[in-house]
Amino acid sequence: MIHTEEEVIKEVLHLNEEEHRPDFAHTRKVKVKVFRFNVETDYLPYYKTYEMKVSKDELILDLLNRIKWEHDGSFSYRRSCRHGICGACAIKVNGKAVLACKENAQDLVKIFGNELVFEPQSQKRAVKDMIIDKSDFWEKHAAVKPYVEATVDPRPTKETLMTPTKAEQFLESDYCIQCGACHYSCPALEVNEDYLGPAALVSAYRFTIDPRDEASEERLELTSQMGIGVWDCVKCNECVEACPKEINPIEKITKLHNMQFEQGIAKRNVATKHAEGFVRSIKKYGYLDEQDIVMYSEGLGVVKHMSEAIKMIKAGKIHPFDVMKKKMPRSKNLDEIQKLIKITQTNKL
Amino acid sequence: MSKLRYALYTGCTARESTPELLSSTMAVADKLGIELILLDEASCCGASHLQDFDEMLAYTLNARNICYAEKMGLKLVTICNTCQLNTAMTKHQLDKDPELKEKVNAKLAEVGLEYKGTSEVQHFLYALIQDYGLDKVREKVVTPLSDFNIAPFYGCHNIRPSELHEHSTGGENPYNPTSLDSLIEALEGNTVDYESKNKCCGFHVDLQAPQTSNALTGTALLDAIDNNADMIVTPCPLCQLNMDLKQHSAGKQLGRDIELPVLHMPQMVALALGCDEKSIGLKYNVTKATQFSK
Ligand code: SF4
Ligand code: SF4
Ligand code: FES
Repeated sequence: MIHTEEEVIKEVLHLNEEEHRPDFAHTRKVKVKVFRFNVETDYLPYYKTYEMKVSKDELILDLLNRIKWEHDGSFSYRRSCRHGICGACAIKVNGKAVLACKENAQDLVKIFGNELVFEPQSQKRAVKDMIIDKSDFWEKHAAVKPYVEATVDPRPTKETLMTPTKAEQFLESDYCIQCGACHYSCPALEVNEDYLGPAALVSAYRFTIDPRDEASEERLELTSQMGIGVWDCVKCNECVEACPKEINPIEKITKLHNMQFEQGIAKRNVATKHAEGFVRSIKKYGYLDEQDIVMYSEGLGVVKHMSEAIKMIKAGKIHPFDVMKKKMPRSKNLDEIQKLIKITQTNKL
Repeated sequence: MSKLRYALYTGCTARESTPELLSSTMAVADKLGIELILLDEASCCGASHLQDFDEMLAYTLNARNICYAEKMGLKLVTICNTCQLNTAMTKHQLDKDPELKEKVNAKLAEVGLEYKGTSEVQHFLYALIQDYGLDKVREKVVTPLSDFNIAPFYGCHNIRPSELHEHSTGGENPYNPTSLDSLIEALEGNTVDYESKNKCCGFHVDLQAPQTSNALTGTALLDAIDNNADMIVTPCPLCQLNMDLKQHSAGKQLGRDIELPVLHMPQMVALALGCDEKSIGLKYNVTKATQFSK
């Protein structure tokens, strides 16, 4: 018996008649507002709006395709794998970073309503419509030596084995597809061009933790530098939210912070003293001594906070003459806290 | 409904530089008939900095704080986004990783405590909305805030990572949060819709990267001002401090004058519920909310 292609598909996918038909009952009318710009011909970007009927299974990539195929052949965007693996199709929809080929359009309608706004990951880097110049991303990526540096025996006699425990320590950082979703959602990077950013720091972690690697120290030195490294992260967690691979970049940034102290690479500066200074306060009071932490971290640099300190004194927020720390709160059962610090703390500055 | 009771984890700021946060929280609870029991044994949560120095120590201290709420059999309620994140994250990690839980409990055993994972952790904003209910808050309003355009500033650590907070926030979407907006509406205020409402205030790098911090704080303040806000309101005292205190330096860096009162969420509620002036504590705000002076 000869089967039509359609019959074969139905058979293989166990589809019944109902499922095979487009689901018109769940189709929604959506206004899609699209960022348009051509760096070669346009002085300013502009938006074009398309009314579209969106069925419940359509992905953002399907809508991008329909705009190009049904409305305007000049519309440009990147895509390659259609499987959430190449990272090319990353854009922003209503400010939310998405992989177009993974994101269901109606899911976004549920969050944002019937108007979806398609924009490139970074508007200031737009080259043509959704396509951006990603060179800053790749420069940062290259800076952290995203490869294993090792002296390899050209004629090994046995395999280099990776234990399951070691493999777990990667914390899935090796799943990164370099899509840039986190990088272009990071507000610290937006205002500080030198910051390496979440994606490069994920790579730094990924290779530093690799048991074969010999450049760990170098990477930790680099990523601990003020102005470019881990201390410039504002802890907003935008990267966690943005990552389509659920990699949790800030978790790796925290690990890099800890590794600096564990391996004695951290230098004494305002940021490291600030982190370590918490222990000093908590030991004394259980609470953080807000005045002491600034003075301790800044050292002589504390003078630059004078005008703000005066404002705080005027509003009754701080009490500079409370030298006996009478106003400082103290936790009940402080001895427990002190003991826990004593038996738990392993890192030093 | 039986009386709501919570263990209140104040955090450091509410006991030091923002006393108005604690007094207004207590006043609001009092007006609404919510019982807040101070968790006086608790220590600092590490404010997301201690964990950079010694992650294990941060987990242990935060777990200890939760232990005391568990002992009372109460939900632990926070009034600071960063306390909320650090406490909830500790709970999340310990509950999903038995090995870590065992390690932490080995330390806690030395001081006679055990982390079990029986207490929920929730920010007061969401306790008000989910347990108490905005309809009931609305009934208690004596001074409607209808004369004011109020810009909600959500603060990162209550809404991100959403996977961590989903449960306690009732599914707040970090890209389109609505809780604080609905609270403002319940108090009959006019909500200001502006892009920065779910963005970062920059507080956490204020010491080591003041330029970054000022740029973020200033941008958010100017965004609110440009959208006709009379004030900002936030559930996070760290956002409040940064945005209230840094207006001059941020303005200087961005080349514009910035003056906008920034209120704590409970201060706003206390104003609408007609709490007394002393507990609202507007005198502690650096940029004065002159709208409310008689
Ligand atoms: S948490 Fe840090 S790295 Fe991640 S987006 Fe925010 S500032 Fe960037
Ligand atoms: S960490 Fe996630 S968001 Fe960032 S580049 Fe890698 S896959 Fe993309
Ligand atoms: S097309 Fe490759 S990730 Fe979307």
